[in-house]
This record gives sequence, structure tokens and C-alpha cells, in this order.
Amino acid sequence: MTVHELDTGPEEAPAAEAQPEKEKMVIIAASGDLDKAWPVMILATTGAAYGMDVTIFFTFWGLSILKKPDAGITGDDWRQRMMSAFSKGSPNKLTLSKLNFGGLGAKFMKDLADEKNVASVQELLELSKTLGVKLWPCGMTMDLMGLEEDDLIDGLDSPAGAGSAISLMKEASISLFI
Amino acid sequence: MADITVDARGLQCPMPVIKTAQAIGKIDSGQTLEVIATDRGALSDIPAWAKDMGHALKEEFQADEEYHFVIQKS
Repeated sequence: MTVHELDTGPEEAPAAEAQPEKEKMVIIAASGDLDKAWPVMILATTGAAYGMDVTIFFTFWGLSILKKPDAGITGDDWRQRMMSAFSKGSPNKLTLSKLNFGGLGAKFMKDLADEKNVASVQELLELSKTLGVKLWPCGMTMDLMGLEEDDLIDGLDSPAGAGSAISLMKEASISLFI
Repeated sequence: MADITVDARGLQCPMPVIKTAQAIGKIDSGQTLEVIATDRGALSDIPAWAKDMGHALKEEFQADEEYHFVIQKS
């Protein structure tokens, strides 16, 4: 570092402080159920509408929300491949935690939402990116479940871990585990 | 007459609040925005959002099953 750079440091600091730091909101999305993914995306987009700096940390089955529709069977291990075959993921393939009836329940719920003009998980996910919501896939569960970055949608932040999540939650005024 | 209008009729939670938040970014401090919504949740959501964001709710009325809110940007 040059002397010049060292000199400018203290002058820049007050300017940076002049911008009040945004309040932070963190959601841990640990479920691939449609009825949990929906509130995750509703609260995240609303937090952004409140001017908050929102981060969603997707872990375990929550990663299903981020899967590309054509991700197909993923992983190298037969157990990973079997799990991915029975849990396809992507917002349109999520299932209900109750009354799913082999996907019929989820279809009813999505049809009703469509008729009542409720934004879908897919739409809210796209909107969240527009609103600057940070989408973090959990690196460890990606590895555990055999998911590569290519299997997940574009526009995500780099895979992160529990330390990053805790570090954010320590500063956040709203932290949710859904 | 508000400076801009947000037509959130037919939209459900959370879209009226999100559309309002997006629209308020387009006006200057002191200007007003009118939100028209049909979602029952908007009745409490829009005033709560305005209060929390420090904007003034200047007017609130219901006409023909539609909820109108006039918000002045802080």
C-alpha cells in the first residue's frame, strides 16, 4: 500500500458513515415444502420493500427452491441420485407438507393462488432478485446432496456456510428459520 | 390529486406493499402517491408500512370495495 492510499483512508471513512446502514433481515430456508417456501419468499420480498438488506440462506431441502427446472437427477453417489429423483425441486415442483396427495394438493393450491392472483413462489423468487435480496445456497448441503452450482438457478450469491449465517444474524434485527 | 398512482387492484399480499415501495422510489420528498388496493390485508399493511418507513399517511378511504391510501414521501 502506498502512502497516498493510507492518507486517503481516514478522509473516506466519515463519508461512508454518512449513509446510515440498512437494517438486516435473515431467513434460513430449510424446507422444500411449498407451504414453507411461499412464506419465505413473501417475507423476504416484503422485508426488501421495507428497505431492509435481506439475505436468504437456503439449506437442506430448502435448496430445492433454487434448483433449475431441468436439473434432473443430480450427484455422483447412488444415494444422492435417488434422493434427487424423488425430490426434483424448482419452485413449480415443490410439494405441500400436508394434504399433498401425490402432488394433487400442491396443484390445487397453485391453481387457487393463480385464480386469486397470489404471486407464485417462482414470481416472488424473480422479484426478490430484482429487489436485491441476496440468495445464499449452503455449500455443505450442496455437497451433501450432490448439487453443483450449475444445478441451481442463476443470480445466486456464492455458496456460504453456517459461520456466514451466524455472522449476519448477529447483526440482523429480524432472523427467521422457516 | 396525488403525484403518482399505484394500481394494486386485484393483487394479493405482499404485492400492494411491494408495488408501493417500488413506486415511492420514483417520487421526491414531499410528493404524494395514491395506492388503490382490493386486498383486505392492505388495509393494515399499507398504513403500517408508511408509518415504519416514516412517510405520512395523508388520506385513507374506501370506495366501491376499493381501498385508497394517499402517502406523502418523507
